[in-house]
Amino acid sequence: MPKDHGIGASTKRREDLRFLTGVGNYTDDINIHGQAYVYFLRSDVAHATINGIDTSAAETMPGVVRIFTGKDFEGVGGLPCGWQVTDKHGQPMKEPAHPVIAQGKIRHVGEIVAAVVADSLDMARDAAEAIVLDLAELPAVVDMKAAVQPGATKVHDDLDDNLCYDWGFVEENKAATDKAFEEAAHVTTLELINNRLVANPMEPRVAVGDYSKANDESTLYTTSQNPHVIRLLMGAFVLGIPEHKLRVVAPDVGGGFGTKIFHYAEEAFCTFAARQLRRAVKWTSSRSEAFMSDAHGRDHVTKIELALDADNNFTAVRTETYANMGAYLSTFAPSVPTWLHGTLMAGNYKTPLVYVNVKAVFTNTVPVDAYRGAGRPEATFQLERVIDKAARELGVDPIKLRRQNFITTFPYATPVAVEYDTGDYHATMDKMEELMDLPGFEARRKASEAKGKLRGLGINCFIEACGIAPSNLVGQLGARAGLYESATVRVNATGSISVMTGSHSHGQGHETAFPQVIAEMLGIPEDMIDIVHGDTANTPMGMGTYGSRSIAVGGSAMVRATEKIINKAKKIASHLLEASEGDIELKDGQFTVAGTDKSIAWGDVTLAAYVPHNYPLEDLEPGLEETAFYDPSNFTYPAGAYACEVELDPETGHVSIEKFVSADDFGNVINPMIVEGQVHGGIAQGIGQALLENCSYDENGQLLSASYMDYAMPRADIIPNLDSYIVDHSCQTPCTHNPLGVKGCGEAGAIGSPPTVINAIVDALQSGGHKVDHIDMPATPGRVWAAMQG
Amino acid sequence: MYNFDLVRPTSIDEAVAALGEEEAQPLGGGQTLIPTLKQRLAMPSKLVSLTAIAEMKGVCKTDDNALAIGGGTNHATVAQEAAADFPGLAHLAANIGDPAVRSRGTIGGSLANNDPSACYPAAALGTGATIKTNKREIAADDYFQGMFATALEEGEIITEVRLPIPEASNYQKFEQPASRFALVGVFVAKYADGVRVAVTGASNDGVFRWSEAEAALSSDFSAGAVDGLSTPDGSGMISDLHGSGDYRAHLVKVLTKRAVAAAS
Repeated sequence: MPKDHGIGASTKRREDLRFLTGVGNYTDDINIHGQAYVYFLRSDVAHATINGIDTSAAETMPGVVRIFTGKDFEGVGGLPCGWQVTDKHGQPMKEPAHPVIAQGKIRHVGEIVAAVVADSLDMARDAAEAIVLDLAELPAVVDMKAAVQPGATKVHDDLDDNLCYDWGFVEENKAATDKAFEEAAHVTTLELINNRLVANPMEPRVAVGDYSKANDESTLYTTSQNPHVIRLLMGAFVLGIPEHKLRVVAPDVGGGFGTKIFHYAEEAFCTFAARQLRRAVKWTSSRSEAFMSDAHGRDHVTKIELALDADNNFTAVRTETYANMGAYLSTFAPSVPTWLHGTLMAGNYKTPLVYVNVKAVFTNTVPVDAYRGAGRPEATFQLERVIDKAARELGVDPIKLRRQNFITTFPYATPVAVEYDTGDYHATMDKMEELMDLPGFEARRKASEAKGKLRGLGINCFIEACGIAPSNLVGQLGARAGLYESATVRVNATGSISVMTGSHSHGQGHETAFPQVIAEMLGIPEDMIDIVHGDTANTPMGMGTYGSRSIAVGGSAMVRATEKIINKAKKIASHLLEASEGDIELKDGQFTVAGTDKSIAWGDVTLAAYVPHNYPLEDLEPGLEETAFYDPSNFTYPAGAYACEVELDPETGHVSIEKFVSADDFGNVINPMIVEGQVHGGIAQGIGQALLENCSYDENGQLLSASYMDYAMPRADIIPNLDSYIVDHSCQTPCTHNPLGVKGCGEAGAIGSPPTVINAIVDALQSGGHKVDHIDMPATPGRVWAAMQG
Repeated sequence: MYNFDLVRPTSIDEAVAALGEEEAQPLGGGQTLIPTLKQRLAMPSKLVSLTAIAEMKGVCKTDDNALAIGGGTNHATVAQEAAADFPGLAHLAANIGDPAVRSRGTIGGSLANNDPSACYPAAALGTGATIKTNKREIAADDYFQGMFATALEEGEIITEVRLPIPEASNYQKFEQPASRFALVGVFVAKYADGVRVAVTGASNDGVFRWSEAEAALSSDFSAGAVDGLSTPDGSGMISDLHGSGDYRAHLVKVLTKRAVAAAS
């Protein structure tokens, strides 16, 4: 019998009532009396020197309040980067200035050249059209390998070249890894591209800057996954506003997928301009602007090699990756191809030697940063593709080859710096095999072939490091922030609870799942508990939501704070019940003296805390409110086995997903329905990457896929029907180092699914006699057909 | 978008008069023009909506076995009203865009715009339709003049489209994955005096007739007859993110075969 409340119950998402009935409060719903609007004049060329900007005609146009250019930001800080990577020679990465508005030079299509603030958006836009730019266009650098050739046009004149860093990991293992390749019985090599993506959350970014002259306080309303991080970065590094004079509010946010982690120029601009103008300034991104100003994702070009011994044991993995940074370093960009990628290159396997080389490259393109999975999809894709290729080359079953090399003892220290605390990769593989009905595959293949179609089976494993992250560890790795999380549990006088958390919910369902945990701990109904998040003015300093960290880190902080509440409440109860504190038990919302029928209700204790007439005031402060900060001791390591079957039309190259199964190990699960929804969504995005999504530039740095006319998003009709789309999380090895035993589920689907799909397509093509051993994503019909032509 | 005046005449004469003014532009269902305006890529001072003209709406069968469709008739209406007499056309109309597009977009608007990836041009050319305007009648073979180019003159309005009803027909659309316009679309129509094959989405010159296929199918209306043909030349075909010219040329043949096999 499934639980109907508390941990493990599929409680319906309470937030959906407001989202689905149109009463959510998104940033664009916020309008401040007298606000002005900003229109950003963005570059339509990728690379140019700015010789002059003539705003004189524009300034006289109706409704114009003020026009800002790079000159207005000369004394203002640039957008900071939150992670410093050290290269293989021990040198810090190159970190060029990242201005709010272009200064002297334009480096990508979409970069802000001027900002027009006016009484209405139309007026601002009209005036922007009257700005005359004197630009000297320069050749654009788009291809990463060309960008690092000697003599290549430089994106940043003050740097020696376009190489941000050349990272080796683990550098000390390089010689041993090379030797293992010399001694290998078999080496499989694969060159591949991890395609550039645009996150495209349903809600575009919005920023409203406000300023109160009364108390010299700035407020920024913004579409952020982490308002405290924005306050810290923008206040300390860009605008020089101390935290007590700066409030950042991220209200309802309509999807983030990573792209709303970062601190963006538009946020700094609106806050800055509001202070200058003594007037609120609002910006709402159009979808077109989003394509050329939201940080993009992925964009790696990789060569991976896998060494095996004569018994098909993996002996070494060696990779060389070019990672596109775009024109500037976005907030966490340097960490994605390094610490979020290299550390996962052991995968689920006991490969003893791994060496990862990553060259991060500046190009005249939109900055690239974390997108759902961030580095881990890139790691999984190349590793699982090369293993699949090796299995084909060796003529062994791809499942058997993986199983043979699985890590089976835990904790397991990988050769790439991380230690997996727990897992059971055979269990998830068993579950996948059971749900996939592998014995029936040949019959299904024959049925497809009878229709003139090819059918392929792709299987795949993944592991990710999430629950990000131990602050001391990431500090050593170059992070410029801690990655703890916070929670304040405020018990009100009559027993209801407000939980102020630094985690931020932008679709994840925290408002439902978090109360389930506290309700379980206290034995009170979930609806007595509300989650407060998204406003630096009423939540403790917290690092926000990304990296599948909210339940593992934020949830743990909440547990710790609730434990403090229970501890104090028991003290109060022991006073009221005239019993020893050690004898007090809390169950089903009642405090009971063990072994007696003496008890007192939750609400009587909470009332006593705030109306302390009969209360041990000499020993105990009144009130019942506790805060905890939780810093994890390790990452969590969700893992799983995925499989899919595709049907491929050899006449057109069209691929359809006929069946998809995921068997995940997320450790303990708080709300199975929400977890399944997360995995469904993640897999849909992964299928999108594998089959559809392709952010593409031409050689001049023009964005070819700049709208939904050319950028293909996954839609409901590409996903199999639910009876063939099975997400399972019954294999559970609880995390050993957080109080809930949870691992996180937000990114898994997007990490595990792309190689599954490509493995299946290669299988289908080979079954049709086509000698295709790899196809790059997205495997569009045109590409599949071209691959079939040889 | 820039500001403009909007008029909604209720007769063709009023519409023509309104369009005589400087910088006036006709507005059909707005499925292309409105997004264009939103991007500030057009700056008409006056839009003349054609959606309130009753005489330009509706579908009826004519005495000479054609389907006469008012230029202001939306796709959803065609999908419904053509189903009995001309299922090939109804199927085409029922698969343009999504329900919102089909409720707004009109056949006249689509043909006047002549997007190289639109569906209706394939039906008009594939049936040898007659495009009736406020001034004249234009044969489909004379009407389409390349990407976004037609025989229409300034201020000329498509009032009706007459499509001869074939014995059998079918439209096969292979969707561009992002826009879901036709990456390639092929309309095949079989008449007593021969077969017409019109291709949209593929060519740099817009919709065209595949004359080799027409000749082969006119003597043998079977998928096998298409098999024997060489693939059309891909060098004049559109080559972009979504497929090369050679791929589009290949699809022309595949879809023609499928259209023949599915024709009813």
